[in-house]
Amino acid sequence: MFGWEFPPHISGGLGTACYGLTKGMSKINDLDIVFVVPKAYGDEDQNNMELLGANNTKVSQIPKNIEEFRRKHIYLEVNAMLIPYNDPEKRYTFFSDDFIDNQNLFDVDEKGKIKFTGLYGDKLIEEIYKYAYVASVISQENEHDVIHAHDWLAYPAGIAAKEVSGKPLVIHVHATDFDRSGGKVNPTVFDIEKRGMDAADQIITVSNLTRQIVIEKYGQNPNKVTTVYNAVEPITKKERKDVKKDSNEKIVTFLGRITLQKGPEYFIEAAKLVLQKNNNVRFVMAGSGDMLEKMIDRVAQLGISDKFHFPGFLKGSEVFEMLHKSDVYVMPSVSEPFGISPLEAMQSDVPTIITNQSGVSEILTHAAKFDYWDVHALADAIYGIVTYDTLPKMFKKNGRVEVDNLKWENSALNVYDVYIKAIENKQFVF
Amino acid sequence: MKAICLYFQVHQPLRLRRYRFFEIGNDHYYYDDYTNESITQKIAKECYLPANAILLNLIQSLKGKFKLSFSITGLALDQFEHYAPEVIESFQMLAATGYVEFLAETYSHSLASLNNKDEFAAQVQTHSQRIEKLFGQKPKIFRNTELIYSDHIGEMIAKLGYEGILAGGARQLVESNKPNYLYSNFINPNLRVMVKNKRLSDAITSRFSDKNGLTAEKFTKLLNKGNQNGNIVNIFLDYEIFNENQTKNTSMLNFFTELPKVILSNTEFEFATFSEIVKNQEPIGAINMPQPVSWNKKEDNLSAWQGNDLQKEASRKLYILRNSVLRVDNDHINMDWKFLQSSDHFYYMSNNFFTDGDIHNCCSPYNSPYDAFINYMNILSDFKNRLTELNMHKAEAIPGYEYQKV
Repeated sequence: MFGWEFPPHISGGLGTACYGLTKGMSKINDLDIVFVVPKAYGDEDQNNMELLGANNTKVSQIPKNIEEFRRKHIYLEVNAMLIPYNDPEKRYTFFSDDFIDNQNLFDVDEKGKIKFTGLYGDKLIEEIYKYAYVASVISQENEHDVIHAHDWLAYPAGIAAKEVSGKPLVIHVHATDFDRSGGKVNPTVFDIEKRGMDAADQIITVSNLTRQIVIEKYGQNPNKVTTVYNAVEPITKKERKDVKKDSNEKIVTFLGRITLQKGPEYFIEAAKLVLQKNNNVRFVMAGSGDMLEKMIDRVAQLGISDKFHFPGFLKGSEVFEMLHKSDVYVMPSVSEPFGISPLEAMQSDVPTIITNQSGVSEILTHAAKFDYWDVHALADAIYGIVTYDTLPKMFKKNGRVEVDNLKWENSALNVYDVYIKAIENKQFVF
Repeated sequence: MKAICLYFQVHQPLRLRRYRFFEIGNDHYYYDDYTNESITQKIAKECYLPANAILLNLIQSLKGKFKLSFSITGLALDQFEHYAPEVIESFQMLAATGYVEFLAETYSHSLASLNNKDEFAAQVQTHSQRIEKLFGQKPKIFRNTELIYSDHIGEMIAKLGYEGILAGGARQLVESNKPNYLYSNFINPNLRVMVKNKRLSDAITSRFSDKNGLTAEKFTKLLNKGNQNGNIVNIFLDYEIFNENQTKNTSMLNFFTELPKVILSNTEFEFATFSEIVKNQEPIGAINMPQPVSWNKKEDNLSAWQGNDLQKEASRKLYILRNSVLRVDNDHINMDWKFLQSSDHFYYMSNNFFTDGDIHNCCSPYNSPYDAFINYMNILSDFKNRLTELNMHKAEAIPGYEYQKV
């Protein structure tokens, strides 16, 4: 398996999903997993698989292979800032400075290992190809039956591994650039995504919404695209512990990147509507992102700053604390391939409102749903939950049962079925 | 001599419009006129009018040998009057033949029987008056919303002067092989209880799931075969079975065109109205049903209308307003009060939408029970505000009138 990140070093949903999935897959007896990340820190949970860091892989054949490798993979360089699936909150400070540009060989340290940052910097594309190169080495050295690559950053690695070992490639689409960019697709990213999908023997999408995009926008054969929904890790008692609320004011929470894809502006417009009728409500927009300043301006313009708060990016336990204080959780995403966060909110007994434009809405019945542009519908759902007491009770009771039934083990079995299909119907590309 | 009672229920939900919370206090109009009008007119054209014409034809050609019964809710009558008055005329023509019986219902197709005794009585009476005015006959038999029946409901109906009541074919009610008898109420033995023959009624309703289709001949065989015991067969149907869709529609009409003649010539059954049964037959015993049951196919219980917390909360919040409504006694308030009680609103909040969504999605204007609840509660909040305001005015206007908070 190739993935860009793995807990605890994650910046969002991708790492969480990879972890849950491998954990679920570890329950399947005849399956051993080698998970390759660009940079292994050594403190990852390796109970369920063997984790290899591309930064720890010795690359001995560099001079011999590198030229050929480069010929096969058109080397891409872009100046634009890329926003991958898990745009980290502090992406501005991360970048790879070990990589020396304009040289023919990858930079190798004294032990023959390529240096990686494993982060999302402005040298991202270069890192992706370094990673892909190392992947080809790893696939030579580790016996395997299927190659599984998570999201576009790992597609070139998957392709490279397949070229070396000739084993079937499964591409796991956690998001596409159509989701991230709101339609303004970055041609470089699209190209990497399309190549990955074209080379794949089987494609896994995290929802039917994404499956449709993969079929329509990337021209994939529907027969090789299967939806496998994500799940959620059961939370511990401690995390579920009740936090005492300071006041009886109701709190409505948005938690996520403040970017176009997440629809923060709809949350603010709905807040304005709700506050006109009910003053006993507070709104919280936790997270950061390129639209943060614009959102703060808008809140001020609407004159609701006294009831609207921006606590910034929340980490680890702060997230659960915020959820415990919340009476409503809103995910107003414009385009969300899946969306694990509503599941986490429901586990914490928080009534949840999601958009019909999210993959998770395909499997949830006990969440209120609206179309992201319909601010009135969102406002109405918020108002209903904070006003009519029976409603949150019903949402909590039924929602908890519903999420508790979403288990990674089931997703893992579905992925396993896709592997079998991939092995049986392997495409011959060479 | 055995009797077959053919009975159709006619109801049209009065759909609420999308009512957002910020309209509370600003806009007091709650109904989706466009949808109500277009659906009523469409169904009138595709179902009620052609079906009425065929039944009228049968009554006339069979000269007194074909009889049937209808119950039409007040909400359906209101909408016909507004949007398709020709439907009322065609029912009046059926009434004029003398072979069609009209039953009593709750005016609003409401769940008042479960929530408020006085409101229940008032609604049944209003409905009967309306029927008498339109069709020139005073209903003697009562049919409760969704065929909900209990000993207690029967007793209330007996007190109001009705001779008989219909009940669903619930398993708890009678053993499955015994719907074909006349029963009496457990508390008041003067009231007769007539039970739906589920097997035969369902055979017609789902006749198109039968591969070769259910013909009048096949139905007659079923009738002869399974019903040697007892002397009445009660076929209860929703009148909209004629409206399943265009192609099936005509074949359902054809089926009914054939059916009476085939039954009359191939069986010992005769058509009868419920009043005739009550007059001519003796009950074989009392039905004991302390808990209310309905027709609802899965559990025969009330879960579709009062099963979950949303539904219970919404009805509680509604019926608590009754005294206030009576005190205010304002035409607009009374009208909304009537319309807000319709069981349909509560049905849309049902858990069944989660489990067997397919059947229900087609009938509900909402995305989910939560959605239905929010919309309804927004409207109810506005309704309550109006009541409070009007009550205060009233208190000011009448010296010495004590204002009571709702």
